[in-house]
Amino acid sequence: MDNRGAAIVGKTARLLVLAVPVGFLLLFFGFPVVNLLLTAFGQDEALVQIWAALGNARVGGVLWFTLWQAVCSTLLTLAIALPGCWVMARFRFRGRGVVSALAVVAFVMPTVVVATAISTVLADNGPLGWLLPPGADRGIGAILVAHVYFNLAVVLRVVSSYWAQLDPRPGEAAAVLGASPWRVWWSVTLPRLRPAILASAAIVFLFTFTSFGIVLLLGGPGQATIEVEIQRQVLFLFNVPAGAALSVLQIIFVLFILVLQTVLSRRLAAGDGVDARLRRPSRRVDRISVVTFVFVSLLVFGGPPVSVLLRALESGGGWGIDNFTSLASQDGRTVLSVSPLTAVGNSLLYAAVATLIAVTVGGLMALAIARTKTSVWEGIWLLPLGVSAVTLGFGLLITFDEDPIAWRSSFFMVPIAQSLVAIPFVVRSLVPALRAISPHVLEAAATLGASPRRVLRHVQLPLAGRAALVAIGFSLAISLGEFGATLFVARGDRPTMPIAIYRLLGTPGETNQGQAMALAAILILLTGLFVLLTDRWRTAGERYV
Amino acid sequence: MRTTAQKLSMVAVIGAVALALTSCTSQEAEQPSAAPPSPGSTVTLVTYDSYQISDETFDSFTDETGVKVEIVRAGDGAQVVNRALLTKDTPEGDVLFGVDNNLLSRALSDDLFEAYQPEAVAELPAELTDGTDGVVTPIDTGDVCINYDRAALKKRGIDPPETLADLSKSDYRGLLVVENPATSTPGLAFLLATIAEFGTDGFQDYWKQLRDNDVLVENSWDSAYYQQFSGGSGEGDRPMVVSYATSPAAEVIFAEKPPKEAPTAAMLSSCYQQIEYAGLLQGATNPAGGRALLDFMLSQTYQSDLPLNNFVYPVVGSATVPPEFDEFAPKPSDPAELPASEVDANRETWVEQWTTVVQP
Repeated sequence: MDNRGAAIVGKTARLLVLAVPVGFLLLFFGFPVVNLLLTAFGQDEALVQIWAALGNARVGGVLWFTLWQAVCSTLLTLAIALPGCWVMARFRFRGRGVVSALAVVAFVMPTVVVATAISTVLADNGPLGWLLPPGADRGIGAILVAHVYFNLAVVLRVVSSYWAQLDPRPGEAAAVLGASPWRVWWSVTLPRLRPAILASAAIVFLFTFTSFGIVLLLGGPGQATIEVEIQRQVLFLFNVPAGAALSVLQIIFVLFILVLQTVLSRRLAAGDGVDARLRRPSRRVDRISVVTFVFVSLLVFGGPPVSVLLRALESGGGWGIDNFTSLASQDGRTVLSVSPLTAVGNSLLYAAVATLIAVTVGGLMALAIARTKTSVWEGIWLLPLGVSAVTLGFGLLITFDEDPIAWRSSFFMVPIAQSLVAIPFVVRSLVPALRAISPHVLEAAATLGASPRRVLRHVQLPLAGRAALVAIGFSLAISLGEFGATLFVARGDRPTMPIAIYRLLGTPGETNQGQAMALAAILILLTGLFVLLTDRWRTAGERYV
Repeated sequence: MRTTAQKLSMVAVIGAVALALTSCTSQEAEQPSAAPPSPGSTVTLVTYDSYQISDETFDSFTDETGVKVEIVRAGDGAQVVNRALLTKDTPEGDVLFGVDNNLLSRALSDDLFEAYQPEAVAELPAELTDGTDGVVTPIDTGDVCINYDRAALKKRGIDPPETLADLSKSDYRGLLVVENPATSTPGLAFLLATIAEFGTDGFQDYWKQLRDNDVLVENSWDSAYYQQFSGGSGEGDRPMVVSYATSPAAEVIFAEKPPKEAPTAAMLSSCYQQIEYAGLLQGATNPAGGRALLDFMLSQTYQSDLPLNNFVYPVVGSATVPPEFDEFAPKPSDPAELPASEVDANRETWVEQWTTVVQP
């Protein structure tokens, strides 16, 4: 075959590779979003209605709350994470891997579980209860704590990997010239870290701006993000047009943040490019810092999950596994129409299907993106991440309602919704690995005498394979814990674990509360397992989101 | 800009796809059949969280018809209706029970139900079937009233409140827990009671006073009654709650040692009447089973089992009502009511106004 023929075949194959993910996203993402727009703008006197929906004082309050809690969460996360970043960026020490893995587990922990965990820690009878005023397990304080818990990993990863590559010499020079450590930090280090700090701040801001489960479970009266308000308008008040108008508003905000984040991340690439040289903490102050960091990290990341595990093992004033054994029964008097154990099975099955979809669709897209140099495609691919979970679930629910696409009661609706949430993470973990298999690497291997098959087997597959495992692990964890979208599309007789936990928590009675804790414990163990297994396969150059 | 152009063209493509997909929507051919339910099939009842019925009751239905009953609980009353509306034509069950007179118009205007009423409906008093349009079946009635914990009020040295206006007095500060009218049907009924009392102009002021008097709002009757209320089976510390006129009887019946006097009492001047309906959901997978279940819900067996499980009054006159109801839970003589048309027209506005005042 001549070169031109090969080029045409290659092009056709490439188009086919693109057709699957593009078709999937158009149908299950683009179409529902357009339908939301139509619902919002398609009503009589649309603009008047939307203005009425958005203009009333409450929506103003919701916007304000969404914004300021996200700003506070972001600043708090940065303030708490930065000292840790310094330790992670500069020192080699025992426990480094454990801390970093725990942070990632916290990052993918289901929102329902984190909300449960944080409220057990802050509750009057919890480990921190004696320090706090009564009722601290609910309200803005609890929301901020949960947001920080989630997002520490983002800042730790992004900033410390960038910091490690910063040339330490300007700081050292300043110190030699007599600058105090504070001065060095403020005038030399901090300005140079700015790209990484801003990029991670944008990610944290995006996550907390679109926060749903945390605010739904921990928020007090009047504390609602746009996401929570959409849910309230739709499920409580049955005001679908108002929900759609809010969704459109949310999409606009999120697109703006995403663009900002893309711009900020692009600057991130331009670091000093110094090889990270971690040293052993030799000075006394270094050693104290490292020990404190490890100790505090273990406490912060480990405390909440452990407190849930302990609560799950409490029964009738003593210890026991009653809460776990009761999961198998369904006495017809609880809020769930099936036994909680069935929810575990449902979740695992949904997560497996969702992962299959996410890895297929996300993988094909990652192949396409890795070939291009522009980040336009990458941006488009991140849209589902931005069009937050509740908006997504709501869109799917009101879109696939009529023949010939009356699919909302189908089994596949839940895994499809979950896969849409997981796809951006899949793409993000695969693209760098596929890019790393750049023509240079392949050429280098070829120049060194490797046959094409050898290149594939010893270079491409191992690199991509590891990234694929990471993608699978993340997909599983995200699908298992997905709450916002699933809440809209899951059916009453087929609850997932997070839905079951949410329903049980909202129902009084020892048994219900105990079962919720036991389910949360199982979810923690499963999520932790998936992430820790894949964390071993993580390649060095990767970053989150 | 290229990016913008690409995005715009994508939106256009999606728009075209959307149009194509919506335009080929077909109307499904639905025909009511009088066929008997097939034995061995399952009928699914969608209802609210606090719904209870004895196992034996549905067992006897299964014995009669061969049809098994599955219960799906979908949240508090209002949420159940909204969820059903959002999944209309692909419902989560065959029969929905729990829509009340105050939410009925929302369900009827959206064709949530397929018209079906059991023959026994003909024998019910007209005031119960008014407004059902032959579509849904009244199953029970109840009166939503303020309940109070006798002992707790006595201990504080305060008299039970006599009027709604009393509740805003400083004596009763921090004592009341109510349900959110957006999520809970008793919550909505109580909001309507305050509107009936203070008018559409005055109720917001009244609620402002209640808010300043530290009223607590819970999303469901369950958590308000069991977690926050101090009386009877409640485990909280608030001695006043929005519940039912029959709740004091429940406290007597379920007490380990039957007391001479109910530990709680209903404030009969604060009540609002609630009628609960059941209906066959549009698009039910087992419509024949659903019709049989609706017939059964008006039977002597079911109607007599209702009062002790849900603490409501049966609609069928010949059904037995436990003697404790008469003894400990007198029916309010003159519960408040608003014209259905007024409730239909203003419900959402009132709930929003309430939210703005109470949960800013």
